[in-house]
Amino acid sequence: MTRARITFMNVVVCVKQIPDPADPGSMDPTTKTLVRSGKLILDESDSYGVEMALQLVDAAGGGEVTLVSMAPRSETSGLRTALAMGAAKAVLVSDDALAGSDALGTSKVLAKAIERAGQADLILTATESSDGYTGTVPEQIAELLGLVSVTFAKSITIDGTMAKIDRQTESGYDEIECQLPALVSVTAGVVEPRYPSFKGIMAAKSKPVDEVKIADLGIDASTVGWAGAGQEIVEVVTAPTRDAGEIIEDDGEGCAKIVAYLENLKVI
Amino acid sequence: MSVSKIWVFAEATDGKVATITLEMLAKARTLGATVECVYNGADADVIAATLGAHGATAVHATGDLGGALAGRPIAAAIAAAVEAGNGPDVVFFGTTYDGRDVAGRLSVKLDAPVITNVVDLEDRDGSLVGVEPVFGGTQNVITKFTTDKTQIFLIRPKSFAAEESGGAAASVASLPVPDGVVAAKIVNRHVEEKTGPSLDEAAVVVSGGRGLGDKDKYQMIEDLAKTLGAAPGASRAIVDAGWVPYSYQVGQTGKVVKPTVYIAAGISGATQHLVGMKGSKNIIAINKDPEAPIFSVADLGIIGDVNKVLPKLIEALKAR
Repeated sequence: MTRARITFMNVVVCVKQIPDPADPGSMDPTTKTLVRSGKLILDESDSYGVEMALQLVDAAGGGEVTLVSMAPRSETSGLRTALAMGAAKAVLVSDDALAGSDALGTSKVLAKAIERAGQADLILTATESSDGYTGTVPEQIAELLGLVSVTFAKSITIDGTMAKIDRQTESGYDEIECQLPALVSVTAGVVEPRYPSFKGIMAAKSKPVDEVKIADLGIDASTVGWAGAGQEIVEVVTAPTRDAGEIIEDDGEGCAKIVAYLENLKVI
Repeated sequence: MSVSKIWVFAEATDGKVATITLEMLAKARTLGATVECVYNGADADVIAATLGAHGATAVHATGDLGGALAGRPIAAAIAAAVEAGNGPDVVFFGTTYDGRDVAGRLSVKLDAPVITNVVDLEDRDGSLVGVEPVFGGTQNVITKFTTDKTQIFLIRPKSFAAEESGGAAASVASLPVPDGVVAAKIVNRHVEEKTGPSLDEAAVVVSGGRGLGDKDKYQMIEDLAKTLGAAPGASRAIVDAGWVPYSYQVGQTGKVVKPTVYIAAGISGATQHLVGMKGSKNIIAINKDPEAPIFSVADLGIIGDVNKVLPKLIEALKAR
């Protein structure tokens, strides 16, 4: 059986704009949420999905990559990075009512934003964000949109209206097939994200970012944010710490120290 | 006991129940009046004895899914049981490929949130709370559900010790998957041959990071691991850089390890890494930056260049 080659492919990529992991911030003792005051950046985990989307559109010979993001304070700096890589446009949901959203609330917002982004053949996400790392959002979005899904993709190829995906497993990988449209989460490190060119960075400044409020998406404020979160942090406690170890400067004897330490533990 | 019925999502390979499943059963039976499993393999009869010996009284088995990925069909099956009034009050999933898929799907089916990255559970005033490490495990947040819906927890491996209860084989009951659930299908499996112990089970783990300098230097980690009968691991930085596959990754993304000895070579100790290894019994760190956070958890820290220390160490160990 021969399938019509897809010559036009629209890919939506969910991206998160997060505080720089080099400066992870702190916990607000009153609200018990992460304090996110500094500038946000594109979560590196999402750069792989953006790269893969660009490659798939290239391979199809037409179409575009649309970004979807939810962020406070109309933040676009992370989106601009992905637009500079080559994404065509973005939908940004920014609304004070979203503060305190849990993974399920976040998924409800992203699912609506994906619908607003237009007809997609494929939706890509990271396997988890670097700051919240619940890892449930991809499947939650897929279920909300009624789509088939594959998580932990190492590679994606499109054959007609089918996606063929290599999925990471405990012991290797599985070859998976599913019909499009589908949602796929992409394992970090499986492609090399391109660096934005100077031209790309300049072009990104004028690419359209459709900023919306939850009302524009038809979302009831009681289902998201603090109001909608079905969970609540009741306490933040200091975890037990390890006793301080012996830290020495290597003067050529570091190796002997390690050998003696391993001998003492009887592992050698 | 206030939590009446807990279901544990059971996973198994070739008739061998996954360690994470047994760990969850050990904890579940201290918390719930009834502990049962839900399972999607064709061999529920085979694993029922092991599940029973670890405290499950029943296995709700969907049978073989014909290659379908578990997320959508299993979530639909559990949700149908909940809607019919036969479901659990609480469901435990391991933080595994399939566990996360089913938990996420079920969350939407039931419009119920998930408490994720759980390393401990407590019964507080009759309801369960989850303990989750943040900021590299320096702090724990304790989270409760504020709805009366089915409570879904995603539990990190190695949080509890697997222990037999001496129970009889679990009874096997059929859990039907509702008709018309479409899922992606596995058409072929590839098992990568690996020599030496697995990262999960090794008594000694040797991990390398960005401090090695370049991809070729990772060979030193493999050599050292081989010499020690250890499993080689990696920081997220070098996995993302494509030096080694994702299956090598130790950290909050990736594997949680708790070996007798963990050797971190050229790893600075980002939050994301510490969460995955700070439970190790003994930690040796080699890093040239004296301020590297890895030294805060090290029992023995060597401030020095891994490219000088490792070759000498490998040579010294081989000479023994």
